[in-house]
Amino acid sequence: MHALALNFDFLFSNFSQLTVTGLALGAVYAMVALGYTMVYGVLQLINFAHSEVFMYGTFATLWTVYFMGGTAHTSGFALARMFAVAMVVAMVVSALVALLLERVAYRPLLRRNSPQLMALISAIGASFVLSESMGLRDNITRWIGLNDNFSRYVSGARDTRGLPMDIQTHKLFPIGNYQVTNIDLIVICCALLMMLLLDQFVRRSRLGRGIRAVAQDPESAALMGVNSTRVVQLTFLLGGLMAGAAATLYMLRIGATRFDAGFILGVKAFTAAVMGGIGNLRGALVGGLVLGVAENWGSALVGTQWKDVVAFVLLVVILLFRPTGILGESLGKARV
Amino acid sequence: MRRPGLPAIPMPDAMRGKPAKIVGLAVLVVFLYALPLLDLPILTTPDSDFAGVLYTMATYVLVALGLNIVIGYAGLLDLGYVGFYAIGAYVTAVLGVQHGHWPYLLTIPAAVAVTMLSGVILGAPTLRVRGDYLAIVTLGFGEIIRLSAKNSDWLGGARGIQNVPKPPSIHLFDVPHLKWENGTVLVDVTNKTQAFVFGFVDYVPYYWMALTVVFIVLIADVLIKSSRVGRAWEATREDEDVAEVMGVPTFRYKLLAFAMGAFVGGLSGAISAAGANFIYPDSYQITVSVIFVAAVVIGGQGNRWGVMLGAALVVYLPERFRGLEEYRILMFGIALMLLATFRPQGLLPPRVTRRAKALERDLEELETGDEAQEVRS
Repeated sequence: MHALALNFDFLFSNFSQLTVTGLALGAVYAMVALGYTMVYGVLQLINFAHSEVFMYGTFATLWTVYFMGGTAHTSGFALARMFAVAMVVAMVVSALVALLLERVAYRPLLRRNSPQLMALISAIGASFVLSESMGLRDNITRWIGLNDNFSRYVSGARDTRGLPMDIQTHKLFPIGNYQVTNIDLIVICCALLMMLLLDQFVRRSRLGRGIRAVAQDPESAALMGVNSTRVVQLTFLLGGLMAGAAATLYMLRIGATRFDAGFILGVKAFTAAVMGGIGNLRGALVGGLVLGVAENWGSALVGTQWKDVVAFVLLVVILLFRPTGILGESLGKARV
Repeated sequence: MRRPGLPAIPMPDAMRGKPAKIVGLAVLVVFLYALPLLDLPILTTPDSDFAGVLYTMATYVLVALGLNIVIGYAGLLDLGYVGFYAIGAYVTAVLGVQHGHWPYLLTIPAAVAVTMLSGVILGAPTLRVRGDYLAIVTLGFGEIIRLSAKNSDWLGGARGIQNVPKPPSIHLFDVPHLKWENGTVLVDVTNKTQAFVFGFVDYVPYYWMALTVVFIVLIADVLIKSSRVGRAWEATREDEDVAEVMGVPTFRYKLLAFAMGAFVGGLSGAISAAGANFIYPDSYQITVSVIFVAAVVIGGQGNRWGVMLGAALVVYLPERFRGLEEYRILMFGIALMLLATFRPQGLLPPRVTRRAKALERDLEELETGDEAQEVRS
């Protein structure tokens, strides 16, 4: 083993680049983390299958681009329009998957008052089913007999599938010695905007008040006339929408996906949710951004192969000093 | 209850079946040891070596017994149990071949000690955080162990470590296998297991070793569960605050559960390394942890027979239906979901739950009063 040589030179000379790209990745983590945090806030349940909701979003994005005739030469306005449509499609697909998940994997268990851990097992099972059915999509379409028309979409089911085009980045303005690109800016701004909308929705709307009420005290909320089944559905829906948007931004940055791409990202997003304070929407944002940036700095310092180790060590350190995460748990806390 | 002065005391129910129970248990034990030799028609896995499968099953059963202490008895969700399993295997390999030439049997205590220590190091800071947070912290721990092994040449890097030491062989006698042909049983004289030679082809001796360790751990488990420590775990799991008020030092007992779980996990890792010949970091992925937890929960957390059954099934079913290779994980996922929906307490729920259920029913009847009772009847 090489002694852990701390490469401070590299960290400092690329500081602004590492920070900006870290923020962009962290924004994606944060948006996925919202799904974990909201479901946890309402049901006290680790929605293990949320990573697959995200993964379906990435494929929805990819397929929309294919469907709209994206080629290696698509660029400029056409590309922007394509991605705008793709984001809407991905949000819808992810939201549908999330709702299906709630219907099939959780509601039957909640109705039977199953132990908490069983719900986790159900979620794990659902996660396997979702990712494997994506990984076996060529076999599935062959059974149905669609293979010829859809071969472009389903072929290479277990390989990494990428966008047909390389997305051209434009340098916009410098921060330190790094030229911020349009992609960085789009990803960060889009994510912040979506999260701002969600935050305001949960804080100010009638439905949002229902979510907070159930998170705070399900029984009292029920007595006050809140339909808890609807609220649970709503949290899954919102989480799915966010994951879908995150998936499009992820594709914009990374450009490729695979049937098991959700898993590690899901683990990271859940880490971000816990780091920021699970159940807390703003905490998910802070946790995601901190995690994204810290990962980049950490891997610059000790080598990229230690990236995940940096993330988890940071989590443990944060939980040691703030056992409920950076901002604490507060989805249920009423604030005016 | 025994009343003095009455000469003809009927034998208590628990005692009456005892000789039969002991005989039954003995037969079961002999059957389990003989299982790989019998080559039973439906039971045997057609596409992979049955003794090898049984050996893996035994190591998983061991894992489930250890994880059951953490999840079932103490109620702590550990998603990184594979970390302990990996540490056990790696200590054996590192001391036995990579950086030393320790004999296998000596590496086991070392492996167990290191694993227990790592359990305490992980548990001491993290067991103070709330229960649900533990899941992600332990998951992170499992990944840290795997990535550290993968990224350090000292531990063999991504290729892992070859020629893990094997237990010492003593050739005492040969045992022939059985062979089934059209419903008749034949003794296959060409296929003999050399007892106790730990080689590369025949996994029967490894299975016997693992099974023996399972029995030892099982006895220890029975003793601990019914001791003061077991009751303290139960109290901590049911209500931590109440337990603390009643004078149970809950943190210390949780840490003990973690260390005991790590102990068994490390032991299992060391046992599994013996037959594996070589070990590599990517065989200790998070998914393996998830399968461990699934084994414990679907078997019935808190019931040692349940978790053993769960672990055996989790290994056996995919191997039995290896023909469906591609769809294994898909089927596993569907099975988990169905089980969670239709058997929410696990395959074999622990006795305590039933007792607690009856108590709950009584309490409910007390609360709702006679009216509800009448309606129900």
